[in-house]
Amino acid sequence: MLSLSYLVGIASALVFLLLLVGLGLPSIYPDNEKLSAYECGFDPMGSARLPFSLRFFLVAILFLLFDLEIALILPYPMGLLYSNHIFFNYWLVMLLIIVLTFGLMYEWLKGGLEWME
Amino acid sequence: MFYLSVLHAFLYFIPVLLAVAFLTLTERKIIGYVQLRKGPNVVGPYGLLQPIADGVKLFIKEPIKPASSNPWVFFFAPMLALILAFLLWMPVPIMDAFIELNFAVLFVLAISSLSVYSIMASGWSSNSKYALLGALRAVAQMVSYEVSLGLIILSLVCLVGGFNLSQFSCAQEDTVLLLSCWPLGIMWFVSTVAETNRSPFDLTEGESELVSGFNVEYSGGPFALFFLAEYANILFMNALSVVLFLSAHFTLLDMSFKVGILAGLYVWFRASYPRFRYDQLMHLAWKSFLPMSLGLLMLNFSLPLIFSGVGGNM
Repeated sequence: MLSLSYLVGIASALVFLLLLVGLGLPSIYPDNEKLSAYECGFDPMGSARLPFSLRFFLVAILFLLFDLEIALILPYPMGLLYSNHIFFNYWLVMLLIIVLTFGLMYEWLKGGLEWME
Repeated sequence: MFYLSVLHAFLYFIPVLLAVAFLTLTERKIIGYVQLRKGPNVVGPYGLLQPIADGVKLFIKEPIKPASSNPWVFFFAPMLALILAFLLWMPVPIMDAFIELNFAVLFVLAISSLSVYSIMASGWSSNSKYALLGALRAVAQMVSYEVSLGLIILSLVCLVGGFNLSQFSCAQEDTVLLLSCWPLGIMWFVSTVAETNRSPFDLTEGESELVSGFNVEYSGGPFALFFLAEYANILFMNALSVVLFLSAHFTLLDMSFKVGILAGLYVWFRASYPRFRYDQLMHLAWKSFLPMSLGLLMLNFSLPLIFSGVGGNM
């Protein structure tokens, strides 16, 4: 059997092959109109690297917090099997979840979860 | 021997691609009959060769590289998407897993969160306004639903007692987890629909406002890679739902039957429901699923300790 790192390589090779076929097989006739960014029949106006709504950034921050929480809780089920301090672990994890629930409530009350004002 | 194993790996990837091809055909057929028309029925008997014709067409169409894009990132993004979609299939225990991982659940979580990057890269590097907005929406949506997916999977792991996917089948020998954890099961299924950007949550490619979302600028081969990755992810998510909630024992027939039913539900959703509004989508993730899954997480963490004094055969 192959190890996982080999499989990453094999999958990459297969996909790279597909991409090469997709790029090399067809005949390519570029022209100015075809290569400009698509904007519904208009000539593209300015760069598309625009500033975006802060809401998306806020969602990303929230995700970071909760994903971190998940990462912290992840070892807990293994502790159930192998640890000597099951009840101590249990209360610790409960405390973590409760603190994060309060964090969510705070965010909710402050209106951070409202998408439209 | 080494070449044989490489061939083995290829023979594992090719059926995934074939399954994806025929999933698209099934989808078009079902949606066709839902809308009282026939769907593709010209190429081959009953239109069975349609996906192959589609594939050939996509790979001989001209791939466009927009003048204002960043070419390396632009072509790297679809590659990354498909590579990750392939890798996700590695630990799925269809009879036996291709690679037996003790922490397969963690592997799946890690790889599926990486697929956000391919969308972000494609949206940013196309340098088009539609693509950027579509990518922003897609990333925010996938990231929000990933939180609830992670919490649900954690509750299950605590009940099952291990991160190994084949351990889930041992735990479900008496009864499937869908019966004992049905609120989790429903939330999980809805979250997978949102995570794979399917309708009714397909706001990233809302045709009426964003044309096609993050992949507007892609055509030909690179677009085909995105397309394959998307549908491979859909099939994988269904396979994972079956492993987590519905698997009594992993025979190939049983597994493919259940995955087929769940994929059929996806298609049915697409045929039946109108699109969500974006704020409703976010409220569903953060105000309904997150508090609920936190509560159920506390319940499921307590249950093993509450019942720890009770003997095995109740």
